[in-house]
Amino acid sequence: MSTKKEKVKDLDEVVVRFAGDSGDGMQLTGSLFSDIAALAGNDFITFPDYPSEIRAPHDTVSGVSGYQVHIGHKKVYTSGDLADVLVAMNPASLKANLKWVKKRGTIIIDTDTFVDKALEKAGYDENPLLNDTLDEYNVIKSPITTLTKQGLKNLGVAPKIAQKSRNMFALGIMYFLFNRDFKATDAFFEKKFKDKPDVIEANKKVIRLGFNYAESIGVMGTTYNIQAAKLIKGRYRNITGNLATSWGLLAAAERSGRKIFLGSYPITPASDILIELEKHRQFDARVFQAEDEIAGVCSAIGASFAGALAVTSTSGPGLSLKSEAIGLAVMTELPIVIIDVQRGGPSTGLPTKTEQSDLLQALFGRNGECPTIVIAASSSADSFYFAYKAAKLAMEHMTPVILLTDGYIANGSEVFKIPKMSELPEINTPIAIPNDENFAPYKRDEKKLSRQWAYPGMEGLRHRIGGLEKEDINGNVSMDPDNHQLMTEYRQEKVARVANYIPDQEIYGDDTGDLLVVGWGGTYGALYEAVKQMREKGKKVSLAHFNYINPLPKNTEEVFSGFKKIIVCELNLGQFVHYLGMRQPKFQYYTFQKIKGLPFMVSELIEKFNKTLEEK
Amino acid sequence: MTQNNNSNDTVSILTKKDFVSDQMVKWCPGCGDHSILASLENVLPKLGKKKEDIVVVSGIGCSSRFPYYVNTYGFHGIHGRALPIACGIKMANPNLSVWVTTGDGDSLAIGGNHFIHTIRRNFDVNLILFNNKIYGLTKGQYSPTTPLGQITKTSPYGTIDEPFNPGELVIGAKGTFFARVTDKNPKYMSDIMYRAAQHKGTSILEVLQNCVIFNNGAHNEITDKDKRDDNQLILEHGKPMLFGKNKEKGIRINGTKLQAVTLGENGITIDDILVHDEKEEDPSIHFMLARMHLPELPVAIGVIRDVDSHTYEDMLYDQIEERKVSSPYKCVDDLLNSGDTWEIK
Ligand code: SF4
Repeated sequence: MSTKKEKVKDLDEVVVRFAGDSGDGMQLTGSLFSDIAALAGNDFITFPDYPSEIRAPHDTVSGVSGYQVHIGHKKVYTSGDLADVLVAMNPASLKANLKWVKKRGTIIIDTDTFVDKALEKAGYDENPLLNDTLDEYNVIKSPITTLTKQGLKNLGVAPKIAQKSRNMFALGIMYFLFNRDFKATDAFFEKKFKDKPDVIEANKKVIRLGFNYAESIGVMGTTYNIQAAKLIKGRYRNITGNLATSWGLLAAAERSGRKIFLGSYPITPASDILIELEKHRQFDARVFQAEDEIAGVCSAIGASFAGALAVTSTSGPGLSLKSEAIGLAVMTELPIVIIDVQRGGPSTGLPTKTEQSDLLQALFGRNGECPTIVIAASSSADSFYFAYKAAKLAMEHMTPVILLTDGYIANGSEVFKIPKMSELPEINTPIAIPNDENFAPYKRDEKKLSRQWAYPGMEGLRHRIGGLEKEDINGNVSMDPDNHQLMTEYRQEKVARVANYIPDQEIYGDDTGDLLVVGWGGTYGALYEAVKQMREKGKKVSLAHFNYINPLPKNTEEVFSGFKKIIVCELNLGQFVHYLGMRQPKFQYYTFQKIKGLPFMVSELIEKFNKTLEEK
Repeated sequence: MTQNNNSNDTVSILTKKDFVSDQMVKWCPGCGDHSILASLENVLPKLGKKKEDIVVVSGIGCSSRFPYYVNTYGFHGIHGRALPIACGIKMANPNLSVWVTTGDGDSLAIGGNHFIHTIRRNFDVNLILFNNKIYGLTKGQYSPTTPLGQITKTSPYGTIDEPFNPGELVIGAKGTFFARVTDKNPKYMSDIMYRAAQHKGTSILEVLQNCVIFNNGAHNEITDKDKRDDNQLILEHGKPMLFGKNKEKGIRINGTKLQAVTLGENGITIDDILVHDEKEEDPSIHFMLARMHLPELPVAIGVIRDVDSHTYEDMLYDQIEERKVSSPYKCVDDLLNSGDTWEIK
């Protein structure tokens, strides 16, 4: 697009971070930039990082909203450690994000906002534009606010709209820097602001102002190009983890022929699942925003008793509230899917930050011997398949399934290859046959140990179940000691046997070596990237990343046996390693634990793995 | 609506026997629960529903053993949570006749949140509230309906807990049906249960139930043979509110309050007596009726409020039907391919 002869350099990948006040529209700016990458055929992963307050105090560090995107000509696995380019719309966003920028990286700054009051609110004693703070960076100082307002003057645009479209000026600079065109973004403005022609005009104008400004000042010398990624043939879209989870559930409902029911209570960062499924009444989705977390899970249990694919979605504190009811579903051996989008804990903790600290709660946080299947998704896109799988396992094995995702993959997005429904595995629900004389509520399938699903409305199968211990086969209330032992063992064994129906644990890399990196859930991308980079340097490192946690894949021991050292990495104080110590006690585990509300950085992982390799 | 309603002609003639389960009833001898069970078994055959289309749901407590004793589908839940379970069942299959059996502790203490919100949403479920004003199954602690000052296991010096009157709560939560009966008259209870079943929306039926073990005689003032004529006001829609052995007493409105009066005294005639209108939208009089208590006023028995309103599940199903027609997505493949997508060749 550039008219002047700029030097255009091809990049394999780039990490861009947009940061501003929470009212500055940084999430929108970032997602428009990602959308353009998508249309250019790049691979990418995004990571929104926003405060838990809706409108935190203006110009303060706690009010900074950020959006990072990692764009690649090759496949990318994380949202990137450090940014190559930072857009900082005010002093607070520079203050909060400078540590996330690579040395010699580019920083685009709105100098108009670097005034005394804002500097003071951001906690700067001195103006960082005037001292050596930014010496090691390539800083593009632009009076973005002034230029935006000037540019819009002739259009007669209200000052408020002008103020709000500053972010598009910054985006325009980025479009110049990365040789992007306006077509798709224009179309977006036209759709989004359909009834506000002045806003459409303003945005279109400002993004071009930014572009032309960048071109005219010529400070960059070089602009960049990221060629289309070589992805497998097919149709693609951008998807967040929460959206993928929601759609995976809808897919499972359609494939199984069950009606979907969701009973949930709003909670960050899981609310988007409730919001999404509420939209899909056309698929017979019965979605219920309950009065509390307990009503959410209990309504799901009722719906499951009545024959629906029943789901409840929540985050850590909500999972705590649901514990007793999950026990009821274990006792009544009804299928429900419980989705826990993990966030920083304990208590209210860090609602908008990511963590993996609900694992032990998911495994053991209930009264009595109360096993459920526990699985974890490892990326935004594969949340689709694990939500589908959670529903499949729940219904085929007649048991609750807890699906763990986390704030990072739930809110982050990535490129998703759109599957065809007909390619998804079949779901075979053990539905009883009406008037079957041999029906008994707690008669079990020989192989799976699952009972049959008979629900109200089915003739000749009336029965009564509940939370009291059940007598084997007939399901009557029983306080018999031997029966209790038997039934407890059945419930345990039923879940254990799920190991026969899940895939073997895969290894990325060789089956033997010096170090096996072990992770689970949403840390996959960073662990994969770290192991990949180390393998490229010839290190004998492999990765075993777990999605199936209870039960563990059958070959877990075999996988672990091939390595001299095993290091278990997780965003908590060692919950998975604690569990592995119980299930696979003969191994010695090294650990890497981080609990900062942030995902792993590839660089810190590599550093730790190298140290572990050297340790005697 | 997608589900076809079973009309009477598809249902073979059922009797009480059809609804008696094979389980031994384990309530204490003389407990009021027995008469509630008998009444419900009498009503179920009259609903025009197949046995398979009836579900009884409960929480925890003496009352909550109920589902095991009725030969329908049944679900014995956890403490306080019968209502959300019942609502989930109803949303999954609105064709079902759903009954909830619960106690004063189960529904008003631990389950209080679900109680008010279910009523507010007006799910079409029928709730029988066994109000014995005590915790029975846990052996005698005071409940949210235990009168102030009563000595119980957990109130050795008398309770200092202001009690709820369930009817006030129901009407305050925008209830569309509230009735009250005693456990002493199963025939009458059956009639009112039938009314509850006919009501479309959340029906709350409070049964003044006697716990012979832990709160024996709690309702004696209301139910004793020699007192009940004077202490019960049996309501009938469209009829003046008269009570007393010879219907010589009545209820009138005096200023902003209800007042018990005697016909013929102080110039009171039948024209001064309030006429019961259970269909009145405005809940003010129903509220006053629900809260009438001894000794100043008799206790209202019968259907206090029965008004029509939309149910949650009807509105849900209307939206589902509407979206099936108007949505551009006919299957999940459509959805997956919607919005911004791109092809890699
Ligand atoms: S304890 Fe009271 S309420 Fe419970 S069964 Fe016995 S008499 Fe009935």
